[in-house]
Amino acid sequence: MSFNYLTTIIFLPVVGAILIAFVPGLSQRAIKCIAAVFTFAALALSVFIFASFDRSLALAGVIQFEEKVSWIPSINAYYHVGVDGLSLPLVILMTFLGFLVILISWKIDLRPREYFAWLLLLETSILGVFCSLDLLLFFLFWEIEVIPMYFLISIWGTGRREYSAIKYVVYTLFGSAFMLAGILSLYFTTGSLSMMEIAQGGLAPFRIVIPVAAIFFFLLTGFAVKLPVFPLHTWLPDAHTDAPTAVSVVLAGALLKMGGYGMIRLCVTIFPEVAKAYAPFLIALAVVNVLYGAAVTLRQTDLKRLIAYSSISHMGYVLLGIFALGQVSLVGATLQMFSHGVITGLLFAMAGLVMHNVEERDLRKLGGLAQQIPIIAVIFSVAGLASLGLPTTSGFAAEFLVFVGSFSSTIVSGIQVYTILAVLGVVVTAGYILWMLQRVFYGPVLEQYNGVHDAGILERVYMFVFVAVIMLVGIYPAILTDVIKTGVMPIIHLLGG
Amino acid sequence: MNLELLTPELSLAGFAIVVILLDLIIQRKGWLVVVSIIGIVISAGFTLAMRGNSQAIFNNMLAVDNFALFFKLLFLGIAALVILSSVDYVSKFARFQGEYYALVLLSALGMMLMAATAELISIYIALELTSISLYVLVGFLKDPKSSEASLKYLLLGAVASAVLLFGMALVFGFTGKTKLGEIAQTIQTMPPQVVLASPGLILGIVLMIAGFGFKIASVPFHMWVPDVYEGSPTPITAYLSVGSKAAGFAIILRVFFSAFGLPQWLSLNWGLIFAVLSAIGMTLGNLTALPQTNIKRMLGYSSIAQAGYLMVGLATVGLSPAADIVGRSGILFFLASYSLTNLGAFIAIIAISNKLNSDLISDYSGMGKRAPLLALALTLCFISLIGMPPAAGFMAKFYIFSAAVRNNLLWLVVIAVLNSVISAYYYLRVVKVMWLGEPVSVEKVPSSGALRLALSLSCLGVLLLGIIPGFVMKLAELAARMFTF
Repeated sequence: MSFNYLTTIIFLPVVGAILIAFVPGLSQRAIKCIAAVFTFAALALSVFIFASFDRSLALAGVIQFEEKVSWIPSINAYYHVGVDGLSLPLVILMTFLGFLVILISWKIDLRPREYFAWLLLLETSILGVFCSLDLLLFFLFWEIEVIPMYFLISIWGTGRREYSAIKYVVYTLFGSAFMLAGILSLYFTTGSLSMMEIAQGGLAPFRIVIPVAAIFFFLLTGFAVKLPVFPLHTWLPDAHTDAPTAVSVVLAGALLKMGGYGMIRLCVTIFPEVAKAYAPFLIALAVVNVLYGAAVTLRQTDLKRLIAYSSISHMGYVLLGIFALGQVSLVGATLQMFSHGVITGLLFAMAGLVMHNVEERDLRKLGGLAQQIPIIAVIFSVAGLASLGLPTTSGFAAEFLVFVGSFSSTIVSGIQVYTILAVLGVVVTAGYILWMLQRVFYGPVLEQYNGVHDAGILERVYMFVFVAVIMLVGIYPAILTDVIKTGVMPIIHLLGG
Repeated sequence: MNLELLTPELSLAGFAIVVILLDLIIQRKGWLVVVSIIGIVISAGFTLAMRGNSQAIFNNMLAVDNFALFFKLLFLGIAALVILSSVDYVSKFARFQGEYYALVLLSALGMMLMAATAELISIYIALELTSISLYVLVGFLKDPKSSEASLKYLLLGAVASAVLLFGMALVFGFTGKTKLGEIAQTIQTMPPQVVLASPGLILGIVLMIAGFGFKIASVPFHMWVPDVYEGSPTPITAYLSVGSKAAGFAIILRVFFSAFGLPQWLSLNWGLIFAVLSAIGMTLGNLTALPQTNIKRMLGYSSIAQAGYLMVGLATVGLSPAADIVGRSGILFFLASYSLTNLGAFIAIIAISNKLNSDLISDYSGMGKRAPLLALALTLCFISLIGMPPAAGFMAKFYIFSAAVRNNLLWLVVIAVLNSVISAYYYLRVVKVMWLGEPVSVEKVPSSGALRLALSLSCLGVLLLGIIPGFVMKLAELAARMFTF
């Protein structure tokens, strides 16, 4: 029997978590080392998978590294995991962030045992969501993620952390309640829990008792809370602002992507006709997301809140790319998820570093820091420029693909107008990013910040890695788009394009 | 006479008497626990030896089948965990320790008989055997609260029994039979117009629902729950919330399925009653649990809500065609998972209240530091009660709800999952207090070996049922086959 790569990747972090939680007498250093070793092993394995993934278009839509074991025979549920072009980039993204957030958290000294255990459990649950091909398994991992997030925000957060944590939980559970109803209806209609079987067979052969559009919207509600889609987004600024730095990185970097991934994997793939019918409505929502998010971002005075709102705007591009339903736009949306994960991850890491070193995050009280902490200033600016979509960064490649793809999409009439409106968002983005950088790093040097520490060795290492990935994908996007294309092709086929 | 088919019940009754007698002789009361547990294990052994059996004994009054087997094992397991978790509690009593354990065993015996009876009068007797033992146990503390709880439980229980008897009398008067199988035959031969024209039978069924509704703490027969839960000794609260409820469901399933399962128009009617009770029960239970400050009262309301989720299963049984095994076994699986979870939660609470002498949620502040393992166990159980993975509660809900969706109860499932979201709020509030609150004192909270054993058994069960539920589902399905004609 061949080696079960995916199972190993998914469960490596949780093994680390169990070790950390239950082996008595570990020193703080040992805990951090265990966490780093296990997440690095997961990262290394996933890079190996990425390298050996077969990119040829002949294999488009074929699940690779598949594992399937009967799990609960009486309801036809399987432990079924695998990756294709859609999920692989997100798996890489999660293992990448999973390792780096351990480094970012290196200075945590409040209850480190619990902290790292929850962080590792969080990684496992997100990886599980991206790899699951069985609806029950998918939902199981989807729900597990809530528990570590609750503890991470409410114990290690700042500000109104308990309020933000419970708000996050209630929103997520509300969304997943609908999602569960959707999954149950799907299971009832088709008698199967396998995503692949349902997608390939389509819903046509079945006697439909529950309207298909209702199932579509049940599922979509769950994903829309997570992405988040206006008007279900209000948990996000609170959760992001009050979460500890590393959790913000995972939240923005990988967790939001569960929503976008779910939309492509379930909503679009299983219900192509419904997706087509409601695409204009969802694209309009996407434009609202982009513009509303950007407009609100302009008004923010809190560094972390500003980045949080910018995520809402950027996730609007993902929604636009998905429901433009064209090949290029779907590739763009997936690339945007990856790119946003890395860029915003870096932004949050930098914001966390500023907060940690300067002990201030109110933009009105910051200024002139470029003199005192030059390295942080440079890297923060690089991240900011990538976020506003400067060419040679991954942000440019992704947004460009989304815009080109949705402008030329033939599925929705009048999409050009929506696309042009969404492009306006880029202008606003440039505005708030540059203005933020200006308010933090430029202007008169403030005396009270003299002697503030710049980035240390460890921090320089992870900054460099982040920037390298952003540049790599920006200059040579084909490294990812080749993979993503193999995942998108079968969906385009289903859409009849 | 097939006395050997009664060995589980007879041996348990024998051990109950032995425990009382031993109490007179021995000084070290710890042996009483050992003897009780041995009695339970022996009885479970006899029960297992009869697996695969399917016959009726004593002139069709008792059924020995997989359905009874499933519940007997469940009740024995519950009784064992309750006894293990009572050790610390009971050792504080100066007198009557033997009676305590004997009464727990006797009520377990009553529950086992409830799962097996197939005749109205013996149903009533089994029910009373269970109830009377529990009335005494509830008042065991003899302080004002406990006595009040006991009296309340006794009075309301007596009314419920009367209502139940009245219902049974009507059903008997209408059909002339007391055996469930014969009742079913009589009803099936009657034309629907006859039944509808004289509402006696329908009234009888409704009154029986009311009588059983008291046992399972279903709305609107739930008023006794919070007070009795608060006043009883905590192990007995656990017993009530789990054993008495599961027994109630066992008897409802057997009665409604074997006597009123066919014709379809009849089961559609009672299915609908259960669906409505379920929707109201979940919502009311969860909303009233929100503002509670006493953890036992909170769990009391939560158990009303859980009864509501379970009735989603009853409604499914009523509305589904006979061939749908998964629909029927879902409710059994839910009962097993709920029993383990609630017992686990109560055992953790017993351990904590042994030290604190308080059941106020605010006193649980900082429990994550004072007793990390207890707090972790309680957190796991609450996660399971919310219905989140990887705990048993999730699988149970998935199972029962998927069957409900299959039988066109999507509206009820949507209400139920939204209710789960509401419930998350008050369960997580306790979790929050335990892990985020500052400890009131730095003193550790110790727990005895018996408690730790009981707690780890139930938590292990909760995780096992949540991750690899296949085995218990198989058992539940075997048990549910008795429902197919």
